[in-house]
Amino acid sequence: MTIKTDILSSEITPEANYINRRKFISRSGQAAMGLCLPYKLALAKDAVEDADRRQMPLVYSAAEPPYWTNEKQAPFFDATSYNNFYEFGTDKSDPKRYASVMTISPWSVDVSGEVEKAGRYHLEDIIKPHALQERIYRLRCVEAWSMVIPWVGFPLADLLKRFLPTSRAKYVAFETLNRPSEMRGQRSRFGTIDWPYIEGLRIDEAMHPLTILAVGMYGKTLPNQNGAPLRLVVPWKYGFKSIKSITRIHLTEHQPATSWNLTAPNEYGFYSNVNPLVDHPRWSQATERRLPNSLFKPNRIKTLPFNGYAEQVASLYKGMDLTRYF
Amino acid sequence: MITQTFKEFRFSCKVVLFILILVPLFLLFIDVINNDLGPDPAKAMAHITGDWAMRLLLVTLAISPLRKLTGTTEWIHYRRMLGLFTFFYASLHLLIYCFFLLGLEWRQLWADVFDRPYITVGFFAWMMLVPLAITSTKGWQRSLGKRWPQLHRCIFIALLFALLHLIWQVRSDLSEALVYGFIALFLLSFRSVKILSGFRRLSQYFSK
Repeated sequence: MTIKTDILSSEITPEANYINRRKFISRSGQAAMGLCLPYKLALAKDAVEDADRRQMPLVYSAAEPPYWTNEKQAPFFDATSYNNFYEFGTDKSDPKRYASVMTISPWSVDVSGEVEKAGRYHLEDIIKPHALQERIYRLRCVEAWSMVIPWVGFPLADLLKRFLPTSRAKYVAFETLNRPSEMRGQRSRFGTIDWPYIEGLRIDEAMHPLTILAVGMYGKTLPNQNGAPLRLVVPWKYGFKSIKSITRIHLTEHQPATSWNLTAPNEYGFYSNVNPLVDHPRWSQATERRLPNSLFKPNRIKTLPFNGYAEQVASLYKGMDLTRYF
Repeated sequence: MITQTFKEFRFSCKVVLFILILVPLFLLFIDVINNDLGPDPAKAMAHITGDWAMRLLLVTLAISPLRKLTGTTEWIHYRRMLGLFTFFYASLHLLIYCFFLLGLEWRQLWADVFDRPYITVGFFAWMMLVPLAITSTKGWQRSLGKRWPQLHRCIFIALLFALLHLIWQVRSDLSEALVYGFIALFLLSFRSVKILSGFRRLSQYFSK
């Protein structure tokens, strides 16, 4: 296992010290402001942070190009407290606040459709045969922001091959957990998404080595708000394609329906490849704000075709009119 | 006759209201200092100030219905402050967008104005508030006379633009926009007679 770093281990701040320092700074700040903020509920916030640190460490091999980038990674705290997971609410802070009630153990995945070994598989049986790898990918949200995230997972292709897809398997459809009792966003009356959340890929996209099923991030198992225990990561497509908390994988001959496309077909296509030349009807996709940013540095950068993975994936779409198949 | 004590009471109420309305800004300030606004602080600041501008706009519009419901004109004395604070939060919202989200890249502004119509609509809403803020003084009120209330009906246009600004940004859950929309409708319902007669006059004007 190679680790790409010039930092001596003695220079690295232990995680606990780091957290304590943060708490100390934030507490002193609050004390200095005249102890006037009962609304802050500092204790409750710390409890949430501690819950995230319950994540189990994973064993994996380090990422290498093209599955690796030296761009600055988003801090763990940001990547786990600023999420779109509408099953828990539409505010970016909702998933972290409300996802902890989701039961992720036991977990099983239904595999069905054009495969010889269909069935219901326990999560353990899904993951166990695969050697975990780190993948440091750019994640580009359709809302024109992005983060760099170190995932831990394995190629989706390796899993699909185990189920022996038939020659009629042209597409792969995915489904997120549907459990309104634990997912408050699914109980919202004015939401426009029909639950469960569904996504899909063409078989060649699903089999592409960049496409992974992630079980962890930052070296540990996924926090619930990031799609525990099993999620898709397709780095050249807008973030919503990377479906979270997967309970069903269905191989099919026909292009499957996808949630955002059903909600607003003129805004979100089946492919949803990151493309600076095709704007969302309500905003431009030419640039993105790389997060975290700061007040005086908005970090606005140019969006790259296929999110910078054109060399690896552009050939999949040869001859296709990408303004039509957006 | 209004006694001196009552005037003093009213003044202290205004001071309390003034401080209360500044609380959200104070809390926002604390969050900025503590770096507690998440990975996209500018956006969080824009959302919070925008939310308060919207809420204060609705509170300002609640004054006339309150007068009708309670039968006292006392509420009117607080309306100017509420309106000016609406303008204050809306201006902060706009400044935060320009300085922090846009980073003062004016070429990007053009792109945003064309590609993101909700930004244009939001800007119109703010523009509608400018003349109202300027003419909010007693002097302007006197010199405009009958025209003053007519001019200040612009607030309804600002409300419509502000609601559109909000609804246009919704990706999937309409709840928040609907709550504001229903409150606005409720407040407008007190003025239904006036609004209808206004429409009638308009249509007469155009049919002539």
